[in-house]
Amino acid sequence: MNGEQPVRVAQLSCGPEHSGVQKEIYEAAAMVNAEMFFPDVALADIKKAYLDFGLEAKSADLKLAIARAKALVDGSVEADAVFIATCFRCSEAAIVRNELRRYILNNSSLPVVSYSFTERTKAGTLLTRMEALTTIAKRRALLAREKQVGLTLGVDSGSSTTKAVVMKNDEIIGTGWTPTTGVIDSAETVITSALEEAGIKLSEIEAIGTTGYGRYLIGDKFKADLIQEELTVNSKGAVYLAGQQHGEATVIDIGGMDNKAISVQDGIPGTFTMGGICAGASGRFLEMTAKRLGIEITELGPLAMEGFSKNVPMNSYCIVFGTQSLVNALAEGHSKADVAAAACRSVAEQVFEQQLQEVDIKEPVIMVGGTSLIEGLVREMGRLLQTEIVVPPYSQFIGSVGSALLSSGFIGDK
Amino acid sequence: MSKVFIYPSTSLILSDMVERFGHEPLGVAIAIRERIQTPGLDSPPLQMTPEDPKKGLKYAAVEVPSGVRGRMALFGPLIEEAEAAIIINDSDLAFGCMGCSRTNELVKFSVRQRKEIPVLDLNYPSDEEEGLAFVQSIKEFLDSLTKKSGDRKEV
Repeated sequence: MNGEQPVRVAQLSCGPEHSGVQKEIYEAAAMVNAEMFFPDVALADIKKAYLDFGLEAKSADLKLAIARAKALVDGSVEADAVFIATCFRCSEAAIVRNELRRYILNNSSLPVVSYSFTERTKAGTLLTRMEALTTIAKRRALLAREKQVGLTLGVDSGSSTTKAVVMKNDEIIGTGWTPTTGVIDSAETVITSALEEAGIKLSEIEAIGTTGYGRYLIGDKFKADLIQEELTVNSKGAVYLAGQQHGEATVIDIGGMDNKAISVQDGIPGTFTMGGICAGASGRFLEMTAKRLGIEITELGPLAMEGFSKNVPMNSYCIVFGTQSLVNALAEGHSKADVAAAACRSVAEQVFEQQLQEVDIKEPVIMVGGTSLIEGLVREMGRLLQTEIVVPPYSQFIGSVGSALLSSGFIGDK
Repeated sequence: MSKVFIYPSTSLILSDMVERFGHEPLGVAIAIRERIQTPGLDSPPLQMTPEDPKKGLKYAAVEVPSGVRGRMALFGPLIEEAEAAIIINDSDLAFGCMGCSRTNELVKFSVRQRKEIPVLDLNYPSDEEEGLAFVQSIKEFLDSLTKKSGDRKEV
């Protein structure tokens, strides 16, 4: 990134300074060579802008945000990307934030990310979002890649599992998977497995891409050509494997630590949400459910398919209380299948309520990541969204596949 | 001389009037610019930290957005210190502006809860005639404070 022009990110916000988090926003931007700026609007234009927009916001800073959004769409202020941030728990701001995001996406080609912060928000929390935003803004050519070429390796160092994939001329020829323990150790294990299966040596690999939480560490260790956050990599991998590289799609990745919901247009993320209020809305709750039911996580999906989720009341808004209702359900004599199905429904509901509300759901909906192999969860998500969910082959290797695919764009540079 | 809390707290005009009539304005004097290049209209004049919204917990519960609590960390102590207050409702942005409407509700409520202090509650004028009456009302209010404080001095 050094030497490149910084990505100019327009900030539309209400409350970050008074929440003491403006410094964190600057820090996150600096980490990915982005530069935050505040679209310059005249005081006299603010009233006209928000009257034109038609949303009767009371807060002056939200009126200012509306005026700034209009300046960006009108082209009177130029930017590479837009970051919309407002206080968590402010309903007025949530309405404005969502409508501005939609307005900018529908009326410009600017990538947008929106976020609701508290005083506890740190630069680290914002980093992945900011990185995705700058990638979409600056590396459209890279993200436009539709075919993998040459011999490449993709490694996804996730919070729960580490995955690796070796690809050769648009085909997956080797895979590796292991629960994440030590970041480097786990990566070495999966890379060895993938290379063995592919029947090649590491020295033969022409380009390497890394993603996931451990991407920087592994990227440094293996001298990766591409070190990229999982939002862009996963959406690219998802549409590639699902054969949906053109047009609209929605990618849902319920991970071990956080969830991603990404609205994709021609393989490039438009809006996305990332995070989870509680582990009860993540794959971690399903792992706990499997453990409590005395089965392997791989058995949870088929078991849930045999059960009826409505037979068991369960709400995993909080993982502790979710586990409590799980234990109660078993004590009341409910079958394991019904409990497994209810756990899947609860996670799907949490993701739906907490995250999918901020993303425009466009069909096809593609589920990826390890949890996409839990059929019961896919079924419940399909019921909630009232659509047939697509689970592509190798869906659990989505980050690795996306990395291997995108890193092949660097082969010519060597 | 009385300490007069002003709302909008960023109003330089109001701050100036209070001072001219011999009192101490309690507000955050920020010039409202013709062109806005800061994150908010009432961007704080000092570097706020995540500690400020925590200080604001004295005035608003943790479920209240952090931006409101951060602002209350600024305005709450001023309201407590005030011996009088002037509230201008629905003012023009150029007159003085607070960025968050939810904070505004809480600030005005907190002022009105201080029943022992005189409070002037006015609407922002919409024409010249109202404007003259507006200035006159503020002048009379500030004069009355001078008399009261004068009375106190005599006692």
